[in-house]
Order: sequence, then structure tokens, then C-alpha cells
Amino acid sequence: MTNGATHRIYMDNHATTPVDPRVLEVMLPYFSERFGNAASRNHAFGWEVERAVDEARETAAGLIGGRAKEIIWLSGATESDNLAIKGVVEFYKDKGNHVITANTEHKAVLDTCKALERKGLAQVTYLPVDHHGRIDPEQVRAAITPKTVLVSIMLANNEIGTIHPLAEIGKVAKEKGVLFHTDATQGFGKLPIDVDAMGIDLLSATAHKIYGPKGCGLLWVRSKGPRVRLTAQMDGGGHERGMRSGTLNVPGIVGFAKAIEICRAEMAEEGRRIGAMRDRLHRLITDVLDEVYLNGHPSERLPGNLNLSFAYIEGESMLMGLNGSAHADLPAIAVSSGSACTSATLEPSYVLKALGVGDELAHTSIRFGLGRFNTDADVDYVAERVIAEVKRLRELSPLYEMAKEGIDLKSYFTGAQH
Amino acid sequence: MATYSDKVIDHYSNPRNVGSFSKDEPNVGTGIVGAPECGDVMKLQLKINDAGVVEDARFKTFGCGSAIASSSYVTELVKGKSVDEVMGIKNSLIVDELSLPPVKIHCSVLAEDAIKAAVKDWKSRREGEPAREKDDTAAA
Repeated sequence: MTNGATHRIYMDNHATTPVDPRVLEVMLPYFSERFGNAASRNHAFGWEVERAVDEARETAAGLIGGRAKEIIWLSGATESDNLAIKGVVEFYKDKGNHVITANTEHKAVLDTCKALERKGLAQVTYLPVDHHGRIDPEQVRAAITPKTVLVSIMLANNEIGTIHPLAEIGKVAKEKGVLFHTDATQGFGKLPIDVDAMGIDLLSATAHKIYGPKGCGLLWVRSKGPRVRLTAQMDGGGHERGMRSGTLNVPGIVGFAKAIEICRAEMAEEGRRIGAMRDRLHRLITDVLDEVYLNGHPSERLPGNLNLSFAYIEGESMLMGLNGSAHADLPAIAVSSGSACTSATLEPSYVLKALGVGDELAHTSIRFGLGRFNTDADVDYVAERVIAEVKRLRELSPLYEMAKEGIDLKSYFTGAQH
Repeated sequence: MATYSDKVIDHYSNPRNVGSFSKDEPNVGTGIVGAPECGDVMKLQLKINDAGVVEDARFKTFGCGSAIASSSYVTELVKGKSVDEVMGIKNSLIVDELSLPPVKIHCSVLAEDAIKAAVKDWKSRREGEPAREKDDTAAA
């Protein structure tokens, strides 16, 4: 996409994040100097990178209260979710075939479950969430059957930022003797995680959401109390204790570890700073605009997440006014939308639908994802542009006009078709 | 998301003939098509003189950039044309003019529907029948 203005503002940090310069710096030597294969046991080229990989394991495990040997390096969160769910279902097939998850999970979990169902390998319960997007641990308890082998509930949602009560869900899973996997992608490095206190048995995460490189993720698999077993989904040289064959992405792993180290050191301060910016953005917008609705939980939410529905204007038309497609003379702003028009399916966000947000409001949603490199000036500018664009598009909106005339839109459009 | 043609961007950034005529004017036909649940609602108004020629047009649209552009373009397209001519406008003309990609063709269909709904409303007003506005216009 061409963009006449040089200045751009990135506020889509749920999608991905830039690599922190401190992360890039530690990665660089691992491309051309320390390029060895971590599986090469016969020479120093292998030894030096194996040491780096093992240190990275310590760092990653340390963040979540696990053991270093329980970390499996792989390509990212999607692969991690696939290995956790398919690996458990396949390994424990003699015990049962029932999986419990939530209908607001990421597609990496939902489509993995659907693939298992299609192949006849699992029966899956997709739990509904409340209007804030949360699972009640008692729903999990009620859904567990003697055939249940796995519960998979994310730490925090990628669209609405809602944080699930993992410790309570983990407690239920423990009581029932069922394994508990969490896709921690969005909350890893941003929220405190203690796998023992939260009763987690498998945890998926990826580097590129926490200012590390793309193409590097991890699956943490509990080795004691209980020892969790998996059937490998990748056959080959038996790397990662046979659970994930393939030469390790050493620069990625080293970068991931540095990213984790920074998150761990700065988590509390950074959470407060980003949360304050997010709250200010929300306030600046709602101080001026009426009929702006928050999607997700008001407090149990990722610090950087702000998902708003701007009644009477369609999300994609908003994005177009912000992202540099139009107004090429102005700085481009990167945010995302749950609008149908951003996808080829013409269906609005399934996550917003699951909250009970009506389709008419789901089409008007914008997700702001604030992160480490956003500034107060970014917040001021984004608020200003959003307000201007919403006002302009509402002037263009027949729905806004009708609502202001007192017409009840719901009854007016009853029976209307796509 | 689709990348937009220059014409879509132009209509989105500088929409033509935005606004509303009074619905009560006898020579104004109003068409409201689409539904909020579907992410697209267009309101098109045509001011048609006694000779059956569209003298002026106004629109308001809730929808993506391509929907806004389609309706903005239609307001330009219909001016000076006879009722018969505007009833013959096909959505493919809008697709071609704005270079709409396949996922946005429904925007042009809605714009064509809006023209037909507006003319129908104008006709029913002229014939002095009480305008069955809601039924005529909401079900696109």
C-alpha cells in the first residue's frame, strides 16, 4: 500500500510487535558467527549454540514457574496449539476422546479441534462465554465427562483482551484429573503466569507478540505431577526429546529468550504504563463521541487492548480513513476491525458474536492494540483522527440520521435481507 | 482487506451529493436498502421533475469504502437521466467504473437496488398512494 506520509503509527500489537532493538542485538551473532546446529554434538560450533538454547530454556521456564527441560521450541503459537491438542488427543486415545474449549478461542485452537472432529479422533465441547467474554470455571466442571482428556482455554483473548480465570479452571481440571492446556499467546510476558498455581499442564506462546522475532514459539509441557505425554506431530531427527523434530531456530530462540527477560523485568511497570495509555485513549474518544461501546471485560483485560464499537459506522470504512488508503497526506494509523468487510466471508467477528454483540454493532468494531513503543503523543493523535473520522462517517451514515430522528432501527430493518 | 482503486478512494474521501432531501416532497423518491446486521445500508434520494428526469440526488451510506463510493458514484450517474434510463442502470457499470474486486460486488448490487427502490417510492408518491415506505425500501 502506498503511503505519502512518512510517519506511521502502529497500534495493532495483538497482531504482531516490532522486534525490540535489545532483542535484535543479541540475535545477530547467531546468524553468521554462531551459526552451528544445536544438535551437532561433535564440535564447538554445536556446543556453543546448544548452550545458548539451554540458557533460553531456563529463561522461558523461569517466566512461568516451569522447568527448563519442559520447554519445546517450535515455529510459533499455531504449531504449539496444534501439537498440544493433537498430541494429547492422540496419545491419550485409550483414556478418552473428549476435548473442552471455548467458542472465543483463536482459530489455531478452534480449527485444530474441528480437524480432530472431522477425522473422528475427538468430540469437542465449545463452551459459550458470558457477555464480557469470560468462561465460568463451573461451566468447565459441568462439561467434563469420563471421556474428557483435555481442557483448552486461552489466557487472554486476541480480539477483546478478556482474561480468563485460569487458576480456577485449572483447579477444576486437577480435581477431575483432566489435562489443562492454555494458549497463552496474548498474555505471555504481559501477565504473571505460574503454571503450578494455575494448574496448567501445557502452555503455548510465541516470540513475535512480545517484541521478539516471528517464526519462533514454544510449548511448555509439564513433566511432573502429572507427567504429560504427547504424540509427536513432526517426524524426523528426534529433536526436543522426540516431541518436535527439526533443526532449532537458534537466532529466534535466543531472541525469544531476550524478549522474555525484558518482559519479566519490565512487566509491572510496562503494564501500568500501557494500561494508562489505553485508558486515556478510551477516555479521549468517549469524552467527545456518543454511542461508543466497549467490547470485552471492563477490568479483566489485557493492558494494551481497547475494542470499541462505534455505532452507525462500518468498521472497514473507519480503517480506510485511518490506515493510509485514503488521506495519503496524513500519517497512517494501523488498527484492526471485527467488521465483516475486512474478510472475504462477509461474517463479522465470531468473538464479538459469542459475547452477544449484535451483528450491527460487530460491524462497527475497531481493535486498538497498544504496545511498548506507543507514546502519549500517539494516543493523542489517534484519538484526534478517530474522532474526526467517526464524525465525518456519521454525517454520511443514514443510520445515525435515522437514530437521531428517533426511528427504532431494530424494528425498521426487521426482515431485511443481506 | 481489499486494496482500493483510485476512484473508490476519491469517492470515499470526497463523497458527492451527501445529505438528505425532505422525504415529504412529492417529487422526491427515497430508497433505503440493506440492513445494519449485514454491514451495509444505503439511502438514496432522487429529485425527479414532471418530465420524469432526475434533477438532483442525495445519499447517505453506512458501509465499507466501496459501498460509500458506489452510492456516491450513483448520485453522479443518475443526474439528468430519465426514470427509464436510471431503471436500466446495471450494477456491472458501477463495478467497472470503480474497479470493484469480487468481494465488493455486493456493494454495487446494493447501489442498483437503491436506485430501483427510490424510483419505486417516487412512483407510488406520484400516484398519490400512501407510500408503503418501510415495506418498499427496507427489504432489499
